[in-house]
Amino acid sequence: MALLDALLAAGQQILSPVTAAFALAAIGLNIHFGYTGLINFGQAGFVAVGAYGFALSVVWLELPIWLAILIAFAAAAVFAILLGIPTLRLRGDYLAIVTIAAAEIIRYTVNSSLFDDVTGGAQGITNNESQGSDYSSWLNQFNPLGEGRIELGPWVFTGTALWWSIVTWVIVGIVTLLVWLLMRSPWGLTLRGVREDPDAMASLGKFDSGIKLQALILGGVIGAMAGILYVLPSAVSPIDYNSRMTFNLFTIVILGGAATILGPIVGSIVFWTVLVLSEAMITWLVDIGILANFADAPQLRFALVGLALALLIVFRPQGILGNKKEMSFARS
Amino acid sequence: MHHRPRARSRAALAVLTLLASLLIPSLAATTASASTDAEWGFIPRLVDADGEPVEGALVTVANADGELAETTTGENGNGDTLAVPDEGDYVLTFDTSAIDASFDGGDVYAVARTLGEANTLPVQRVIVTLEETANDGEVALGEDGEIDTNTSTGSSTGSASVTFDQFLQQLASGLNLGIVLTLATLGLGLVFATTGLTNFAHGEQVTIGALAAYVGTTLMSLPLALAAVFAAGVGAVAGWAQNAAIWKPLRKRGVAIVSAMIASIGIALMLRFTFAAFFGSTTKRVSLEQSERWSLGPVAFPASTWIGAAAAAVVVGLVGWWLMRSSTGRAARAVAANRALASATGVNVEKTISSIWIVSGAITALSGVLFALLNGVSWDMGFKALLLIFAAMLLGGPGTARGALAGGLAVGLLTEILVLWLPSDMKYVGALAILIVVLMVRPQGIFGRAERVG
Repeated sequence: MALLDALLAAGQQILSPVTAAFALAAIGLNIHFGYTGLINFGQAGFVAVGAYGFALSVVWLELPIWLAILIAFAAAAVFAILLGIPTLRLRGDYLAIVTIAAAEIIRYTVNSSLFDDVTGGAQGITNNESQGSDYSSWLNQFNPLGEGRIELGPWVFTGTALWWSIVTWVIVGIVTLLVWLLMRSPWGLTLRGVREDPDAMASLGKFDSGIKLQALILGGVIGAMAGILYVLPSAVSPIDYNSRMTFNLFTIVILGGAATILGPIVGSIVFWTVLVLSEAMITWLVDIGILANFADAPQLRFALVGLALALLIVFRPQGILGNKKEMSFARS
Repeated sequence: MHHRPRARSRAALAVLTLLASLLIPSLAATTASASTDAEWGFIPRLVDADGEPVEGALVTVANADGELAETTTGENGNGDTLAVPDEGDYVLTFDTSAIDASFDGGDVYAVARTLGEANTLPVQRVIVTLEETANDGEVALGEDGEIDTNTSTGSSTGSASVTFDQFLQQLASGLNLGIVLTLATLGLGLVFATTGLTNFAHGEQVTIGALAAYVGTTLMSLPLALAAVFAAGVGAVAGWAQNAAIWKPLRKRGVAIVSAMIASIGIALMLRFTFAAFFGSTTKRVSLEQSERWSLGPVAFPASTWIGAAAAAVVVGLVGWWLMRSSTGRAARAVAANRALASATGVNVEKTISSIWIVSGAITALSGVLFALLNGVSWDMGFKALLLIFAAMLLGGPGTARGALAGGLAVGLLTEILVLWLPSDMKYVGALAILIVVLMVRPQGIFGRAERVG
């Protein structure tokens, strides 16, 4: 029975907007890391820029929704340019440190009491119509499902929750299609060329710094889009955008298969399913007394994420769908 | 001085120590529904001038909405945990009027605290010393910060006018943080210089040291100094074991530097969340011993801080000497400079690297003990320090004692001095900005070689 409940919960997690948002952020990261070979450890920063850019534009500046979305994208592009111009020439591991530092600066800044009046500090931004701070009711106007209870086989949703799921996954689908077209295009091939042999590309007049910057912007804007999806059904909370979000995204990209179109989606679904299942398993182990001495046993599921990441990168860097030939980062 | 010390019959009146413990939410935080199981609170503690616990004080916690909870200090001086619903600004009031007999009670002390600031440790050990000074419960909500308790509870840092004494105290705090960082930075830099590994699991080596010291003082009842030695030993074993079990096999496999770096993130997550599972998300004090406060001019720290900083400086010097003078140290520098050449000239590369990991593990664990004295022991304390350590290493250049010292002191000073003008939840931003600027302007650091661009 407990197993059945866990499987049902895992199934429901697959449809969740969080899974979709992580898939989308991973698609952006895949453009950086998978296709272009950029070790961006600051993807959580792009997600935060999107979430805050959008929510603040609506709640604080009271701008129309379409403009708020554009501002979120523009902010991510600006962040990519500010970050990319000075740093893209750095070696992989240094780029990783710089990007993680930049993302942490963003998180500390939006979290700080210094800008409390605007960002809400550590409290973040409320998303509740009755409290006068709301940025997602506009989307509910288009909800054709109503707010009532909807049963989908064994799964029960509220109409609103199912509507969020549909919207977020449709967006993930559209972006995936666009990325697929883009990666087949000459521009997409240039990305791989820069990853594999920047000197050869330079001899063809395609200089790696420009191409890398374009890739950083594109993946960053997709990350910002993920940030909007991530906060639409909930509130904005600054602690969410810590570096663990980035590491989870890396696990998702590598698990699904870097430099593949469907890898981030498969990775996100497997990642969240396993997380939900392992939580159920840990709870069960605590109940039968095996892990009873732990102060906070459910944390072990994130230890499992770490173990999975370490084992994957060493023994199967191409993940589920990838091709080992494309894993340029794994070549010494 | 906002409040004149009251004339009292006893010369030394009351030393009040507040142990404000903020319990962070167990970090299920990347899921959207995360913040529901957040636990926030304070653990109050009251002691007198001799550090003896004081029983029977009524402690209340209030925020803008009014009083939330109360407790009475027990015979160990501690009250029960005062749970509060959420992060935010709170005032704790210690009312000593119910205390009789030897303690000359009657004063009311109020302390303002803010829960939920980023980049402070989840449970902050804040020792407030109100020598002969009570403020009758008057303190403004949200008037947070390092309360400079030697003068008055009413004063708060971060205000527009910074006194010279405050500046000196922060300067000293910066030097202290700097020397603690130097140890961890040297540990990271030695491994980086000899193996090329950008080790994201280095923060967990810091945590291991703090946890070992905590085990030493609580379970094994060791005095703090012996617990620190024990922690260094545990750190040395952990460093050796990590190299033998993970990094040596990966080097043999020829795993690329980027893959190794990502693997180190996996190891870091694994260790960190295992600590969280075992240890819980609370912050604990490494030692319940009360440490006397020693003053040097306007600068005052607990004695353990002075001794710890001096010990750290000695250890940094010893490691520097070991690197320059001992045969293993020379071999390590040879491996760092050119591994193939070192190997060809008869240096046993793997044995040297193993020694480096042992030294790195020991000194990093020691820095963990000193971090724990500053901010308490918590499962993610090392990770929170990691970017500061990276910043210090990149600033000074990896692999030398003087580089680690220069980088560590610079980052420590910057971090603590910023607190004078910025809220403490922004203090790490300066170090992170330095990190970026250094990699842009002088990627090889102050003393390093130009090889990071490419």
